[in-house]
Amino acid sequence: MLARAATSWTILRISLEERLVYRGDFALGTLMRFLPIVTQVFLWGAVFSAVGSADDGQARIVNYTYHDFIAYYLLVFVTRAFSSMPGLASGIGRDIRDGTVKKYLIQPIDMIEFLLLYRVAHKVVYYAVALGPFALVFFLCRGFFPGWPDGPTLLAYLASLAMAFLLGFFLEATIGMIGFWFLEISSLLFVYMLFNFFFSGHMFPIDMLPGVWGVLVRAMPFQYLAYFPVAVFLGKVSGPALARGLLVQLFWVVFFAAASRLAFRYGVRRYSGFGG
Amino acid sequence: MPGRPNYLGVFATFARNSLIRDMTFRGNFVIDTIASASWVFMNIGFYVLIFRYTPMIGAGTGWGKYQFFLFLSTTLVINSLVQAFFMTNADEFSEQIRTGSLDFALLKPIDTQFLVSLQRVEWSSLGNLGVGLGLMGYSLLRVEYVPGIVPLVLYPIYVACGVVVLYSLMIALAACSVWLGRNQTLFDFWFYITNFSRYPMEIYRGTFGTPLRLFFTFVVPVLVVVNVPARLLARPLDPRSPGQWLLPAFAVFAALAGFAVSRWVFQRALASYRSASS
Repeated sequence: MLARAATSWTILRISLEERLVYRGDFALGTLMRFLPIVTQVFLWGAVFSAVGSADDGQARIVNYTYHDFIAYYLLVFVTRAFSSMPGLASGIGRDIRDGTVKKYLIQPIDMIEFLLLYRVAHKVVYYAVALGPFALVFFLCRGFFPGWPDGPTLLAYLASLAMAFLLGFFLEATIGMIGFWFLEISSLLFVYMLFNFFFSGHMFPIDMLPGVWGVLVRAMPFQYLAYFPVAVFLGKVSGPALARGLLVQLFWVVFFAAASRLAFRYGVRRYSGFGG
Repeated sequence: MPGRPNYLGVFATFARNSLIRDMTFRGNFVIDTIASASWVFMNIGFYVLIFRYTPMIGAGTGWGKYQFFLFLSTTLVINSLVQAFFMTNADEFSEQIRTGSLDFALLKPIDTQFLVSLQRVEWSSLGNLGVGLGLMGYSLLRVEYVPGIVPLVLYPIYVACGVVVLYSLMIALAACSVWLGRNQTLFDFWFYITNFSRYPMEIYRGTFGTPLRLFFTFVVPVLVVVNVPARLLARPLDPRSPGQWLLPAFAVFAALAGFAVSRWVFQRALASYRSASS
């Protein structure tokens, strides 16, 4: 048990150090990633300028004011900072294809646990470095926010962010494991990215989707990777809907945690060790 | 000593070779085309969604649903041309500078900028050209205004101007790899700058919007890229107002000046190139 904890700690420490090598480039890159928000501010300003006002003088689209929209896009950056896993699925796919995956079969390390700790380390460093740029942008844009939510909502928000991280990890890990069956998964990953981008709420709040589209997208796990935590923060879901949302998010985390485990267990049986 | 190379002939060979290369992996080619088209369809879906809630992008600007779709189709046409002819090459150029394989390009008896910029044609990117033209035809049938002969003649010319502006920006940024060694951030920068060109320039207004609009029109002219040709299609020309003619005139100037500047940066970069290998 103690040895296992020591191993985990070592993995975490090495990953942390590795990640800190390029911190300058990293902070600048994070700041630049906010640039598209400038066009969003103007695009939605123009869209709202042609929308009729409601009774209180505020124009609304699906119950979002102009300020809500900008706050939404800014908060999506925060959720994505938790849920996005760049290179996770493609990395697993590559390890399977070129045979690197056998190191997890020989060494006494669990692949999923190793990758999870590695991601945790990456994310911790990311938050440490990205805190500056995020604080700057949010400070400049503070006028768009309605203010801090109350205590329970904030707790629910933090819980949904933590689960967004886990869901992002296990979902991508599961997709990466498909490489045991197909070897080349890049087209599959493209489809996943496409779905993720449009149906997670990354591009627009999914409340905007009409009729059957809205029902379909809400039935998929993607909304918990971007939309749901933001909606919690902005008070768009509350009461029983909030509790239900958190439970469904938890369900998806457990579902994909189990799916990635199963995929790994059965995948390894098929695995024939390509490469040197 | 052979004379001046036949540039058109060389380009035709590049295009042919790229096509042969693409056709070697036909399945991959088809998947690439479908993949980028599906991305475009998702984007169109996003704007369809926006127009469920608003009649116009910007009150009083005239960019209603189908006018904006004409704008969007112009963006698609220009972007697919840039991607098909220049994107891969500019990317490759940075890489050649980093690895030192630019030496081989310098040795060839042909203009280096021509060789570096055009040696690979990404045929699968032209799929989106088709999507763009399809969307354009569909939207033209649904706007009340029918463009006359003058706008239709000018349109391809301004599309070409837009492609030249984007190309100039891209190749100049790629050439900067000579001084910077690594250029990933600069490429992201290109993406973020051209992001501004994707919407009608009328949306940039107000205290922050106006300076932004002026900057991206006159200093880094990405706003004229799509706006000028799209306006030709989406709105009747009104020669009485001088502003209608000033911007298109400026767009031609921007394309020529942009190309001249990029050529200058390219030459300077080559002069500073010190070859990375051995």
